[in-house]
Amino acid sequence: MHNQALIQYLLLLGDSALIQGQRLCQWCGHAPALEEELALMNVGLDLVGQARNWLEYAAELSDDGLDADALAFRRDERAYRNLLLVEQPNGDFAVTMLKQFFYDAWHFAVLQELSQSQDPRIAGIAAKALKEVTYHLRRSGEWVQRLGGGTEESRRRMLAAIPLLWRFTVELAAGSEAELRLAEAGIGADPAQVGAAWLKQVSAIFASVELPLPNAANHFYLSGRTGLHSEHLGLLLAEMQFLPRAYPDATW
Amino acid sequence: MYAQLVETGVKHIKSLEEMSPEERAFQEKIDAEIKIEAKNWMPDAYRQTLIRQISQHAHSEIVGMLPEGNWVTRAPSLKRKLQLMAKIQDEAGHGLYLYSAMETLGADRDEEIAKLHSGKAKYSSIFNYPTLSWADMGAVGWLVDGAAIVNQVVLQRTSYGPYSRAMIRICKEESFHQRQGYELLLTMMRHGTQAQKDMVQDAINRLWWPALMMFGPSDEHSPNSAQSMAWKIKRQTNDELRQRFIDQTIPQLELLGCTAPDPDLKWNEARGHYDFGEIQWDEFYEVIKGNGPCNQERVATRRQAIEDGAWVREAAVAYARKQQNKNAA
Repeated sequence: MHNQALIQYLLLLGDSALIQGQRLCQWCGHAPALEEELALMNVGLDLVGQARNWLEYAAELSDDGLDADALAFRRDERAYRNLLLVEQPNGDFAVTMLKQFFYDAWHFAVLQELSQSQDPRIAGIAAKALKEVTYHLRRSGEWVQRLGGGTEESRRRMLAAIPLLWRFTVELAAGSEAELRLAEAGIGADPAQVGAAWLKQVSAIFASVELPLPNAANHFYLSGRTGLHSEHLGLLLAEMQFLPRAYPDATW
Repeated sequence: MYAQLVETGVKHIKSLEEMSPEERAFQEKIDAEIKIEAKNWMPDAYRQTLIRQISQHAHSEIVGMLPEGNWVTRAPSLKRKLQLMAKIQDEAGHGLYLYSAMETLGADRDEEIAKLHSGKAKYSSIFNYPTLSWADMGAVGWLVDGAAIVNQVVLQRTSYGPYSRAMIRICKEESFHQRQGYELLLTMMRHGTQAQKDMVQDAINRLWWPALMMFGPSDEHSPNSAQSMAWKIKRQTNDELRQRFIDQTIPQLELLGCTAPDPDLKWNEARGHYDFGEIQWDEFYEVIKGNGPCNQERVATRRQAIEDGAWVREAAVAYARKQQNKNAA
């Protein structure tokens, strides 16, 4: 049971990083400036690298012959455990950056706790990832400020992005029973603490450019943690998994 | 990546006697292998030729992200995905180095990019070919970056200091990605299924000739080369570089267990080089003119990205100004 809970938790971490990385890949060649091409791919690269670390650990614990690639490329959407937030379409640059910021603020809080985990493997992966995510968070937070406090047009777009994404933030402070037990054992991050740290971070950045902070989002019947996703994930996986699915015996 | 067919605008190469004292001092410096730096005097045609060449080179890096970006969402393993993302990121970085080198000549980045979007400025012809299978990612890394490296290694000795230094940095990174591209193909050929091997051969069949075209027109049809060589912007002719690329690539092709789509390719003992078939120059000139398979899509994608991103860039400027005012107050 303990092992199962840990595997699910690693999938939540790995899948979220992978799907967010995949969304950033879709920006390739379409970013608003050359510096942003570089930065978006840089952040995506960090995240896919982190996903590989989490999924490798999950695969070892599962010990059913599947490796990290099999977990990434052979699981259907009902088996994916990523946050609903990260599977949302990129939209315009305001949607992309707000989504990145919400995710980074959560990710940063999670990794801060996990870098102190009783599980040395988790602590190691988290400590390395935390350095990268510190940069991600600074960047995305600055973009929320630039767009929120930039021109009338950019503010209008940022204001439109908030209600589009806000409902998915309910998952960021939620945790399953199993996650709570992992947190109690000093292995996983405490969802309530993560939620509080997330809200503090988001409130500060929103306040700095006078963006209105909505009330806490309500649960709305989908849950990435149980593999109950929005309609976006299936299409994303169809594209991402096409080659390994079409050529199951291939070596890449 | 590389620039092809760079106009010098010079019809006649002046002898030292025909030159003004300034021009002569400049040419003597070039002949003595002293690098030209941004603040040094240089003939206007030298400056303009370099702006054209370096901007073309920079544009090639940026447009070159698109054929690879086409597969980054479909890379078949985490390792391959990471490699491709790192490569694309490096290309954006190379574009930035090159635009910076170009700006030391007094050119403006946005103006030169606008020329790319209006079809006035060129970029490497190779990026007008579509990437149709995963094996193309290996073939682009191996052949296309390979051809670019042969060009760029020589450009490390180009006479303009900032360009030369950009080439030194870029070559280090490119060589790494080129080896990865080759390793990708080698893995498919040695450990892959028949379908994968067919994929590799098909990619080579489609990209072989376009890669050879990256060296530009043959020497007899390269009217701008003589002046570029005299200025030591170019250090070797198109045909010399093309021959070197073929000579070094054929053993790698054989190690893969693949073939080149060229029935005339064979070792010439007397020359000590490979002989090879005639390039389809009609196709080359059509692609350069904008009539290749993907020219329209490539330019449209870049134009769209910059147009769609205008509000983002304006927001960044407006926000920076507000912060400045706040700090000043």
